[in-house]
Amino acid sequence: MTIEVTPNEFNPYARLQAYEETLKIKIRQWGALATFTGTMRDYNEGDTVQAMFLEHYPGMTEEYLFEISETAKQRWDILDTLIIHRVGDIQPAETIVLVAAWAEHRAPALATVSFLIEELKHKAPFWKRETLSFGTRWVGA
Amino acid sequence: MTIAVKFFASLREEIGKSEINIETHKPMEIVTVWAQASNNALLPDYMLIAVNRKYVDKNTLVQDGDEVAFFPPVTGG
Repeated sequence: MTIEVTPNEFNPYARLQAYEETLKIKIRQWGALATFTGTMRDYNEGDTVQAMFLEHYPGMTEEYLFEISETAKQRWDILDTLIIHRVGDIQPAETIVLVAAWAEHRAPALATVSFLIEELKHKAPFWKRETLSFGTRWVGA
Repeated sequence: MTIAVKFFASLREEIGKSEINIETHKPMEIVTVWAQASNNALLPDYMLIAVNRKYVDKNTLVQDGDEVAFFPPVTGG
């Protein structure tokens, strides 16, 4: 169960491959990997978005992601989870979030990923501020 | 006794500070902490509140040494 909040751009496919290499050493019985990746769009609410800044609450954000990962592990029969989320300055087409779950079977893997991304989007303390041609605005404000 | 109060995102920009300290001699309700921190602005219903990095409701009592955070609805993912 791993969570990471990072200011650095990352390749979700490379990170998944690297994480699976570490899993191969520990466990070999997974038959399913489910993933979600969220990517920055270059438009929102009819406007072109040039860049984005992602703010978070250091400490609480990591604790919250850890807590929902623990909840998923208690609720479904899964082997491991991985959440990586960007903060700081982000450009269009860069990955914002990766959520992954490994399990013996597809149902718990898919259910876990769905649960984690929904909980993350609705309650994890992150805030997006968009840069537009006419200034900046907070998403949802 | 000191209570640390943090603000995030659009709220941080509106208040103009990311953190203030409030001095108190006894436990305080969240609404009182907000009133002192915001110069008696009303606490909007949509505002999210955390004490020591856990979500709480606005009836929670805050103790000496606690870290209180106010922030707008989250938009990650």
